[in-house]
Amino acid sequence: MTAVQTDTDTAVYALRLGDDALVLAQRLCEWAARAPQLEEDVALLNLALDLLGQARSLLTRAGELAGPDPNGTVRTEDDLAYLRDEPEFCNALLMEVQSGDFGRTMARQLLVSAWQVPLWTALAASADEGIAGVAGKAVKEAAYHLDHARSWVLRLGDGTAESHRRLQQGLDDVWPYAAELFERDALLDRLVERGVAADPALLEPQWRATVQAVLAEATLTVPETTWRPTGGRRGQHLTGFGYLLAELQHLHRSHPGATW
Amino acid sequence: MSQPLWEVFVRSRRGLSHTHVGSLRAPDAHMALRHARDVYTRRQEGVSIWVVPAAEVVASSPDEKDAFFDPAGDKPYRHPTFYTVPDEVQHL
Amino acid sequence: MTAVVPARTPEQEFQDRIDADDRVEPRDWMPDGYRRTLVRQIAQHAHSEIIGMQPEGNWITRAPSLRRKVILVAKVQDEAGHGLYLYGAAETLGADRDELLDMLHTGRQKYSTIFNYPTTSWADVAAIGWLVDGAAIMNQVPLTRCSYGPYARAMTRVCKEESFHQRQGFEAMMTLCHGTATQKRMAQDALDRWWWPSLMMFGPNDDASPHSAQSMAWGIKRFSNDELRQRFVDATVPQAQFLGLTVPDPDLRWDGKHWISGAIDWTEFQTVMRGDGPCNRERLRHRVAAHEDGAWVREAAAAYADKHR
Repeated sequence: MTAVQTDTDTAVYALRLGDDALVLAQRLCEWAARAPQLEEDVALLNLALDLLGQARSLLTRAGELAGPDPNGTVRTEDDLAYLRDEPEFCNALLMEVQSGDFGRTMARQLLVSAWQVPLWTALAASADEGIAGVAGKAVKEAAYHLDHARSWVLRLGDGTAESHRRLQQGLDDVWPYAAELFERDALLDRLVERGVAADPALLEPQWRATVQAVLAEATLTVPETTWRPTGGRRGQHLTGFGYLLAELQHLHRSHPGATW
Repeated sequence: MSQPLWEVFVRSRRGLSHTHVGSLRAPDAHMALRHARDVYTRRQEGVSIWVVPAAEVVASSPDEKDAFFDPAGDKPYRHPTFYTVPDEVQHL
Repeated sequence: MTAVVPARTPEQEFQDRIDADDRVEPRDWMPDGYRRTLVRQIAQHAHSEIIGMQPEGNWITRAPSLRRKVILVAKVQDEAGHGLYLYGAAETLGADRDELLDMLHTGRQKYSTIFNYPTTSWADVAAIGWLVDGAAIMNQVPLTRCSYGPYARAMTRVCKEESFHQRQGFEAMMTLCHGTATQKRMAQDALDRWWWPSLMMFGPNDDASPHSAQSMAWGIKRFSNDELRQRFVDATVPQAQFLGLTVPDPDLRWDGKHWISGAIDWTEFQTVMRGDGPCNRERLRHRVAAHEDGAWVREAAAAYADKHR
């Protein structure tokens, strides 16, 4: 294996994408054995497995690109997943919002997947071959996730009065967090310039068109809010995030250096 | 109130017929197809799926088994082995 | 008029088919007892799969590596799938999944008592794969030749998929046994707790198993409880030795051909079976809550289907 050229900017970008996948997968895993019907247990865990696969590849890539630490060690997927503290995680807040009921979970999934489809499509041509490789596979997975979320949003939005109410509530809860997906910072400026990262400005119109079409068909109202919570990319997370990490990491950290 | 039952058929690879693999419950055809994909092709078992409402399957009855299938039993002339061809004749 | 040879009765035709090792299919005539026995057995089997998601599902969010996490997710997902295949098989006998679930939720149908034990450490996930799935496979492989076609076919699928379950469990156990002293202690502790319940999974001793003879005659059961249990012990004891673990049975001995285990404490089995195991109430409560919490989703899907028919 040839050594990967150290590239701190791209490493952070891979870490953002990897954290997105890992944290959303962890939230979906909370559904194990409590889905509304057995078929959906299988479906939700399929989404989680796809995301975990993406997370593993992206975290591994992030470790390679970050290069060896002063001791000469390259951080592995597990080092990055289990041994970073809360401020070091750079997932978008939308990934970590609590799953709530099935309606909120599907609303969150719609907003995420409608972003991931154009994201991975763009990244399939990324100048970073590691990221491009993940994207080529992830784009198909995201398309399936989007269709799954869409199917449920339609059924819940246009189902019963109760399901409509619940889904609208779930959508209202998660909607403000979507804005962060389209933020641009200095890192993204540099990486878009280099052809490594996708330009958020180009992703937003497609995201908005997809989401609005689904919500209209589902007889739901697009939430209106000026509140744009942010900070996930900089390590500022919601209150529940520390608990998510505690659950994810406690066993691994309880046995330093152990192999599993 | 159970959701409708669907029978699932999977084509395991191109060139083969769809084969019955089992059933599932789903509210409508769209969800039945999605669930079939998730439940019955987790290990790349298929390249194409059919779902059919179980209530729409018209089946022969075991009671009519004799009337249905026995009449074919005494018509061996439908099989190539019924015919004698001399050994020296090739390609038949 | 010439005398007509009396036709064989449906009962005789049915038994002829079984004796010829032919398969019974859904629309064939079958004795009520056969149908009832199968529905009960298949439903219990399906219930066991879906309740069985809980003890391991408990560790998904805490799995100690991402590799172990995906393996565990895939396994728990398989259990849901297996439950589904089995409910499907039961439905070919005229049962209805919602009614079967209702029987589970109201305690009128049982599931395997093994899932009423808690999973208190990560090693339990490994031990369940190795021992519980090992025992399940021992029980299930003969069912792929069961006389009822849909059940046999479902079991063929289950067994094919389940072969990875036991192997991943053994591999996880092996990793613990080669790990730190604490990990090895976890492994031994898990074996100590899961060994006897695993042996009990094969059911009562043959002399205390009233329904077995009829199930054998019907081709539903192929081997007796004690036969299958013996096979499991013979297969598993050397594996434990390989891992450097001690089977928690002071009376365990090699008789030259087989590993002979000590007497099983059936009073414990009865206690758990009766509903007084450590987790019976919790498992059922969790299951009922999931079903009830999902009711509005299922109702919405039905309403949507009606509107868009």
